[in-house]
Amino acid sequence: MTQISIDDVQHLAQLSSLQLDDAEATALQGDLQNILGYIEQLSELDTTGVEPTYQVTDLENVWRDDVVDTYGIEKESLTGLAPASEANQIKVPKVL
Amino acid sequence: MVTISEFQSGSARSRVETAIAKARENESFHAILNLYEERALQQADRVDNGEVTGRLAGVPFIAKDNFLTFGGVTTAASSFLENFEAPLQSTAIEKLEAEGAICIGKANLDAFAHGGSTENSAFGPTKNAIDETKVAGGSSGGSAVVVALGIVPFALGTDTGGSIRQPASFNGVIGVKPTYGTVSRYGVVAMASSTDTIGVLSSSVDDATLVMDIMSGKDDKDMTTLPDFFVPSVLEGQLKIGVIKESMTDDVDADVRAVTDAYIEKLKASGHSVEEVSLSLLKYALGIYYIVVPAEISSNLGRYDGIRYGKRAEAATLSDLYGKSRDQGFVTENKRRIMIGSYVLSSGFFDAYYLQAQKARTLLINEFNSLFENFDVLISPVAPTPAFGLGENTNDPVKMYLADVMTVPASLAGLPAISVPAGKSNTGLPIGVQLIGQRRTDSRLLALAKQVEEK
Repeated sequence: MTQISIDDVQHLAQLSSLQLDDAEATALQGDLQNILGYIEQLSELDTTGVEPTYQVTDLENVWRDDVVDTYGIEKESLTGLAPASEANQIKVPKVL
Repeated sequence: MVTISEFQSGSARSRVETAIAKARENESFHAILNLYEERALQQADRVDNGEVTGRLAGVPFIAKDNFLTFGGVTTAASSFLENFEAPLQSTAIEKLEAEGAICIGKANLDAFAHGGSTENSAFGPTKNAIDETKVAGGSSGGSAVVVALGIVPFALGTDTGGSIRQPASFNGVIGVKPTYGTVSRYGVVAMASSTDTIGVLSSSVDDATLVMDIMSGKDDKDMTTLPDFFVPSVLEGQLKIGVIKESMTDDVDADVRAVTDAYIEKLKASGHSVEEVSLSLLKYALGIYYIVVPAEISSNLGRYDGIRYGKRAEAATLSDLYGKSRDQGFVTENKRRIMIGSYVLSSGFFDAYYLQAQKARTLLINEFNSLFENFDVLISPVAPTPAFGLGENTNDPVKMYLADVMTVPASLAGLPAISVPAGKSNTGLPIGVQLIGQRRTDSRLLALAKQVEEK
């Protein structure tokens, strides 16, 4: 059975852009171990030569005209949702 | 409980006021997160002065709080979106409003719809409508409870793996999870895009059918919607019905089995033929689901970055801003699912988990297809037990997931499935049965439930 270490938990947290404190990471270690232990039962199934299913609509290539459609929403009402904005631009901490 | 027809006399304003008063009387259940009183009364006045007419003119309803709506905040029961005021309305809400229906408020759910008990709400759990020591079920727990308490005649929910059907069963109401692609998901908070569906919870089959008729149909804003196919129908002739034997084993609560058997007897009494069938892959469906769905969640919830909307944590650098905003904005179950998703999609594990699950999903769909060559409808319980106790499963995620074992197969295959109240446990808790059909046979399932309802 897959063993999940605290380092694994922190690596997964980093991949997921989550900053966990130590207590939460420890709790999640046990949870993730149990969940992965459960889903591992799928390895029993022989899927040789089976195609994967990614969607169940049977729809293919749903096209639309290549024109801008704002869906009736003003730009300002979207940029206004940002926790910090100025002059219709979204503010973020310095990146470089 | 109340039906739509009982909510079609008197002024719209008085009906909205009645529903809101009833909502306030029942605050102890914590089924509703926000009431939209001001906007609801404005809408009611527009109905009363003849500006708005339609099949649901002046009928109040409540939407799960992952539908974007005007009139107040849309939170998805998360602290991330605690103060989020949507700049648009979901297509489902727009269609109902166009028929005169009035959204009076928003129902509690597991945060971002991750859960099966509504205990994962960042704002506290919803209590079961029949027994306040039990869970409401989930994730559409609040929606089921407001219908069961008779606050409104119908409520909207979302169902990704059982989130309409299971709370419907736990509270004794009807729950409809339609064929994947029946109702536009534009303006609804995404969870797992390959199985997310929108449906209705109500007290009568007729009401559920009417609401589905209004909400369904192709929408240019959601490219996964199917061409229009939903037409209400009356059942003609006798059906061949298969009982999924793997769902009726000794592991399943004895009362649940007895109630399901009693429902089967009613189907037989209506002239339908009923036989036991095998869905041998049922036991793997939950494993498939808890790989595919977390994978899609880890991708869909990437949008909650603290930059464009929602809550932003104080941080000096961009990576700290992401990490802290997401740590504070998500509940533990959100984090579990995102991290499982990251794990199964990682290079090195992708083939063993994600690809294997999507191949197993094909096998499950093939098994359903071969059953539907000989049967019109499949029947099983909705859940292995009636509503469990508040706090009973919260420390054991896998045990919590097992409550979904009978509802996830139809989700993975995109099939319509409805939860119909069928009886009670010996302690008086509601128990529902699940009717599953081939894709696009939604109205036949409803017609069958209607026939039994009238017995």
